[in-house]
Amino acid sequence: MATIQNISRRDFLKTTGTAGALVIGANFVPGGLVKEAQAQAVASPNLFVSIAGDGVVTITCSRAEMGQGARTGIPMILADELEADWDRCTLWQAPGDETKYDPAGKDGQNTDGSRSTRHHLDVMRQLGGAARKTLELAAARKWGVSSGDVYARHHRVYNSRTGKSFDYGELVDVAAGIKLPEGDIPFKDKSQWKYIGKDMPGVDNFDITTGGANFGADISIPGMKIAVIERSPVFRGKVKSYDASAALKVPGVEKVVQIPHLPDDKPQEFRAMGGIAVIGTNTWSVMEGRKKLKIKWDSGPNRVHSSRTYDNKLRKSAKKGGVVVRNRGNFDRAIKGASKVVEADYFVPYFIHTPMEPPAAIVDANARPVKVWACTQSPNETRQYVSEALGLKKTDIECWQTLLGGGFGRKSKPDYVCEAAILSKMVGAPVRVQWTREDDIQQGYYHTASAHTMKAGLDSSGKVVAWKHSGSWPSILALWNPAQKTGFGIEYGLGMVDAPYNSVPNIRIENGEADAHIRVGWYRSVNNIQHSFAQNCFAYELAAAAGRDPLEMLLEMIGDADNMDLAKDGVKEYWNYGDPVEDWPVMPVRLSNALRTVAKKAGYGKKLPKGHGLGLAVHRSFHSYVATAVHVVVHDDGTFSIPQVDTAIDCGRYVNPEGVLKQVEGAAIYGNTIARYGKITTNRGAVQQSNFHDYPVSRISNSPLNVRVHIVEDFVHLRPCGVGEPGVPPYTPALINAIYEATGKRIHTLPIGDKV
Amino acid sequence: MISLRVNGVSRQFNGDPRMPLLWYLRDELGLTGSKFGCGSGLCGACTVHLDGGAVRGCITSVEMAANKNVTTIEGLDANGNHPVQRAWRAHNVPQCGYCQAGQIMQAASLLNQNPDPSDKEIVDGMAGNICRCGTYQRIFAAVRSAATEV
Ligand code: FES
Ligand code: FES
Repeated sequence: MATIQNISRRDFLKTTGTAGALVIGANFVPGGLVKEAQAQAVASPNLFVSIAGDGVVTITCSRAEMGQGARTGIPMILADELEADWDRCTLWQAPGDETKYDPAGKDGQNTDGSRSTRHHLDVMRQLGGAARKTLELAAARKWGVSSGDVYARHHRVYNSRTGKSFDYGELVDVAAGIKLPEGDIPFKDKSQWKYIGKDMPGVDNFDITTGGANFGADISIPGMKIAVIERSPVFRGKVKSYDASAALKVPGVEKVVQIPHLPDDKPQEFRAMGGIAVIGTNTWSVMEGRKKLKIKWDSGPNRVHSSRTYDNKLRKSAKKGGVVVRNRGNFDRAIKGASKVVEADYFVPYFIHTPMEPPAAIVDANARPVKVWACTQSPNETRQYVSEALGLKKTDIECWQTLLGGGFGRKSKPDYVCEAAILSKMVGAPVRVQWTREDDIQQGYYHTASAHTMKAGLDSSGKVVAWKHSGSWPSILALWNPAQKTGFGIEYGLGMVDAPYNSVPNIRIENGEADAHIRVGWYRSVNNIQHSFAQNCFAYELAAAAGRDPLEMLLEMIGDADNMDLAKDGVKEYWNYGDPVEDWPVMPVRLSNALRTVAKKAGYGKKLPKGHGLGLAVHRSFHSYVATAVHVVVHDDGTFSIPQVDTAIDCGRYVNPEGVLKQVEGAAIYGNTIARYGKITTNRGAVQQSNFHDYPVSRISNSPLNVRVHIVEDFVHLRPCGVGEPGVPPYTPALINAIYEATGKRIHTLPIGDKV
Repeated sequence: MISLRVNGVSRQFNGDPRMPLLWYLRDELGLTGSKFGCGSGLCGACTVHLDGGAVRGCITSVEMAANKNVTTIEGLDANGNHPVQRAWRAHNVPQCGYCQAGQIMQAASLLNQNPDPSDKEIVDGMAGNICRCGTYQRIFAAVRSAATEV
């Protein structure tokens, strides 16, 4: 158990103008107990590097670790440019403070959107380079030589005239007094990279394999109470009345209190939902106590939300269409002139993140600053919402991130932290709020349900001349504007308006209306999942209608242009994952290249035995270009197994190849859950699933265990792209296309289940 | 009063005998290596050994552990060097790591009972443990290579 105590990090902060500052709770992420910061740092060239007299380099990590490898990959970049010896580096996990720990200035430390590497490659190199230069100047001063006569190499600075050298630790006293001259420090040449581009195992592996790694619920502070909360089964329902007498009789239960529901005019966003909290001395007691609560709920207007009827509304809306979000050429005219017209409808239900670690947060709201420890992806939004919940300023809140037992987008929404804050204030003690799996499944921020109507025209040679996609779904934006009926730019930008069929002369993309009755939120890969599913499956249907090979058809539709200009097709303010299109253009050539690569690696075109099928899909998301080939075997009883998956990923410049492999391997398993099982349904507003028995996820027994990842090197000179999410979208359509190849059966509705 | 041994240390427990071992370990003893994933025996995150065999700590009461030896991830090997732990690091298995204590305890028990498992026996033996990050192929490879050592 980690116990948090005051520790002094004054030396670390010496050169930052906050000398003597007391910082709470450093170093609790790795290694069990909170310790005094071991390294007596005496040189801190910047907030991201400190070097101790024994030469140990402490690198600041200000990205959340949720399994995606940020605590390994991002510090690797800095260590490389610093010429540090990785084995003599340790990490310090920064608290939430975007004024200090968001060096790229792009996302306020919100680890989300597959952007850690792409936004931090350059700035981490700058920070490492500045620290290296400081040490070089310190050595030059010690020897009394010019800076041109020294160079750093593997944790030492050398005198190029004499061959003498200093260990970094021997330079800290002088380095502490060095002021770097103005101007950019030149980066190391790529040929000199020692870590970037090389495999590195996870920095937390030892702690993880020995039980010493700390996640959200592993932090305890003196006097802390534990709470679980019963929330309305229906979104925005309210407590009419409750009886806690039986709950209070459970030994270990100390208090039952009500968290007030939000006022009707306050949008949900990431605020606490309200409910009845059972508070006590240990987790089991409060969970048992919660079972004994008697609560009468007023379900409110969202009781109309039943999947049985709601799904059909979405389907109708998709058929009808609505706002035109991309328009190239003249679809209506082209479809009239087509020799063949194909139409198909696709449907994807809600699903939920189920990170292995259910949300948990510890807050001491009675201290100043307020102390927060949480498995959060976004410590500064956490501070913002917690401060609102407590009626304080954001600067009154201190937020420390633990390791996250999976995030997948769930933990960028700090409602659970707000709950702990409100309860801590109410009971006058620190409180840990523990979510159960049932809470996680029934009270989540759901991946939106969506319906898609696809229509296309082929000319007499079997070429696609017209393409239309019309989709409907309740929008994420409804969290802020409950009356929201259409999607918005970010959702359109998630693989919808940027559908990559650049050689098709007439394209029309529309969005129909839908009401939101539940918390809709982002989920690993977000709307790319359904867009990639509908597009890639429909492309296969077109190939069949034309009697053509689907690979050839896809390559023809995508083409080999090195830029697809969406502005020309009337796309207003293409989101492009928040990045300029000049820096990260949409490049059909990279999609085609990834697709050709995977087809070759997977042996596409080989004759397969009966019941076997190889299916392809390709999708750009988070700027990365990913193509997947799934090899499926459908058995006589309809069950299926997946002997091999090949995925080619072009993510531009990458840092840790081993990290890329793991993310893409994991994405296949994540996709396998979506394809086989992902389905949340509601009845009268309440979610019907509750735990892994009725909301199953992929297990080792039904997962592909031979996922081969091929990193495409052809565009490695270009900027880094995303890696955590882009592997997910092509998996499901590739599997479904494989099932079609094996059986001739078309699947239009997810999930597939265990039998086809 | 219930007596049991946890990682070799004798313990007395005076609380509700129905309390699941998982919460006794985490909340009372501060052994937080065992994780809470579902509370219903469905995910394996809470896996510990009872007299050497894997059990789910969330559905095994302290009472059921009376006079028995409980081993948690913290006690699997004094230096964290059980062959399964070493294989896990050699194969760079963990992503977020949350499921991994349970996976390792399950694998250690599997190999203890069956030092030379077939592919199918590995898959069957590990099928009760969920990993949402999807590290199954590395888990499979790590169990396979640890099997040559135990
Ligand atoms: S927490 Fe015990 S099996 Fe899931
Ligand atoms: S490593 Fe994250 S759940 Fe298994």
